[in-house]
Amino acid sequence: MTPLLAASQIELHFLDYAIMGIYVLFVLGIGFALKRHMKNSSDFLTSGRSIPAWVTGLAFISANLGALEVIGMAASGAKYGMLTTHFYWIGAIVGMVFLAIFMMPFYYGSKARSAPEYLKMRFDEKTRGLNSLSFAVMTVLGSGISMHALADLLSNLLGWNYDLCLVVGSVVVMLYIFKGGLTSAIYTEVVQFFLIVFGFAPVVYLGLKEVGGWEGLTAKLHFVGEHSQSLGLADKDLGPNAWTSIWSNMGDASANSMGANWIGLVFGLGFVLAFSYWCANFLVVQRAMAANSMRAARNTPIIATIPKMIFPLLVIVPGLIAVALESTNSGKGDYQIYRKEVVVSAEAWKQIEPVLKNAPDRKAAAAAVVKTVLVPKKGELTEQPFNTVLVGNIADDFKAGKITGEAALTALNNAGVRDYNNVITSLLYRYCPTGLLGLALTALLASFMSGMAGNVTAFNTVWTYDIYQSYFAKNKSDGHYMLVGKAATIVGIILSIGFAYVAKRFDNIMDLLQLVFGFVNAPIFAAFLLGMFWKRATGHAAFFGAFIGTIVSALFYALTTVQDGGAWLINSTTGLSSLYVFPSAMTQNFWLAISSFGTAAIVILLFSLSTKRTKSDEELRGLVYSLTPKQSDPDAPWYAKPLISGIIILLVCLALNLYFA
Amino acid sequence: MDIRNPIGLLFTLLGLLLVGAGLFGGPDAVKAKNIQDAVNINLWWGVVTLVFGILMLGLALRARKKD
Repeated sequence: MTPLLAASQIELHFLDYAIMGIYVLFVLGIGFALKRHMKNSSDFLTSGRSIPAWVTGLAFISANLGALEVIGMAASGAKYGMLTTHFYWIGAIVGMVFLAIFMMPFYYGSKARSAPEYLKMRFDEKTRGLNSLSFAVMTVLGSGISMHALADLLSNLLGWNYDLCLVVGSVVVMLYIFKGGLTSAIYTEVVQFFLIVFGFAPVVYLGLKEVGGWEGLTAKLHFVGEHSQSLGLADKDLGPNAWTSIWSNMGDASANSMGANWIGLVFGLGFVLAFSYWCANFLVVQRAMAANSMRAARNTPIIATIPKMIFPLLVIVPGLIAVALESTNSGKGDYQIYRKEVVVSAEAWKQIEPVLKNAPDRKAAAAAVVKTVLVPKKGELTEQPFNTVLVGNIADDFKAGKITGEAALTALNNAGVRDYNNVITSLLYRYCPTGLLGLALTALLASFMSGMAGNVTAFNTVWTYDIYQSYFAKNKSDGHYMLVGKAATIVGIILSIGFAYVAKRFDNIMDLLQLVFGFVNAPIFAAFLLGMFWKRATGHAAFFGAFIGTIVSALFYALTTVQDGGAWLINSTTGLSSLYVFPSAMTQNFWLAISSFGTAAIVILLFSLSTKRTKSDEELRGLVYSLTPKQSDPDAPWYAKPLISGIIILLVCLALNLYFA
Repeated sequence: MDIRNPIGLLFTLLGLLLVGAGLFGGPDAVKAKNIQDAVNINLWWGVVTLVFGILMLGLALRARKKD
């Protein structure tokens, strides 16, 4: 991963350090205070189903709101504008409401201790094995990435020692989980939730003040959309509402900053990716399964939708502010999103000059320039991180005689791609005086640490119940499993630290991993969905459906390309050519999800019809929709009935979409 | 354990620290940076944080009395 803020380091004062220190003491305190409640393995690994709905609800949302999410959403806000809200209003709310109304009764009612264990009850051992193994690997890698990103941020931002940050951060997480188990992870997630709100809200307020309020912001964003080509944000001018309107440009992938159309967005993101993340990922579902009653479990996702709908204001608007500030201040150079360094020497210019003059068009010119000014890196000549749109602009201007050679050379040296990852930290530093700065950085620190804690608590549960208990030692005492759970916590953290160093060595490992997560998640969701709603679905079918779906994802990724990008298997050695060229990596990702889910669903359907049922109706009671008595909770007030509150939430979400359409 | 206790305590403490910085910090330390006619954001936001912290403690206390 590239440094999050290489431009300048932030100077902290005693007060800022004190605030960070107080936070660390508090989370440790929570862990130690919970120690006496950890009496058996289910207390430790599943919180003994004892937590009220508002706490699990906020933890549910916090488990997803890791620092990578916070940093990434601000980055996307600058890069894509308001379109980023699709990740919230389309890509989350509907899936969360579906979980509450339809799926939670089976997770909670089946008394399964984990999502893989539900698969065992519903299907068979091998389906559980597939899910639990891939999930265990994913959580360890996820927590390693989280800790790497924390150490990377602190070492770049504050000049602290990378190894020290990594080890100290991990040890703090290990201590509070070791003492307080899942409960302390959930409690610290709630603390993190409020820290994010209190740390970021003043930054948004001050940023909006600077850009002239919401009206000032939209006016500036209209300017951004109108000049997106000259600003180097898109390869053409997308029009005044490109950064502000979320639906009106989705008809055609080339008309919006994401390079996606509405079909891919609605089915890929809104259905497959959202549902597989929110409804089948044990990391988030575990929070709801720790609730103290069926009513609380079903209301967990519903409660979580409320902050989820509002969070774009805290995490996406900073990105909007950054791009608005940069574009309208560009003359003064007052605020600029940090750009990666590119170097074009005077000698290199001599080679580039004829290239710019002779290239048939701007695209060809940009491609030729990038290929000409290579720099040595790790013993190889590699391309520099140029913003090809800006290079194209320079080529156009130079060819038309608008700028001199000297000006073109200067411009080229400033034409690196924007490093959007530093948007959020650069704004924190821009506005926050000491004190507030400490609070905002503590919020980031908290979300990195709970990112690790969330993964580790999911890992130790799946390891203990789904792998250790079912394959290594079946009938041991509860104390034995408690010990294994605690040991898994320590081993999980050590493995994560190891993986953090792997992530440190390989720049793009994070992109690759996110992709692999996608390969696994969508097909297994098909197994959950069909398992819950179709009693005829069989174990063999679920296993092979998920398996074949994963292979299809990998093949899909290997055989299609994104404009201006390569692919695994497409090169001169294999002699393969791309089956389809997508306008953007995001669209490719949406269609990858759609096709792997679709394949898995079809395979499960066909296999189920051609294999014998191994579980009787009686065995599937409580696990399948048609064989389970409908949930009724007549004593619940209207707002605690997921069907009613869920519909209200969906209507509010629809209104938000229409308002910003 | 009622999670509102530690949250209330933490935010009360953070609120007090911010209010303190807002009242007694140097001129550079209290004003939001890079904004004209900036407010004393440490003081102002410290008060909000403090109120939230006390509210959480109050809710926890009320729940304990009910039991």
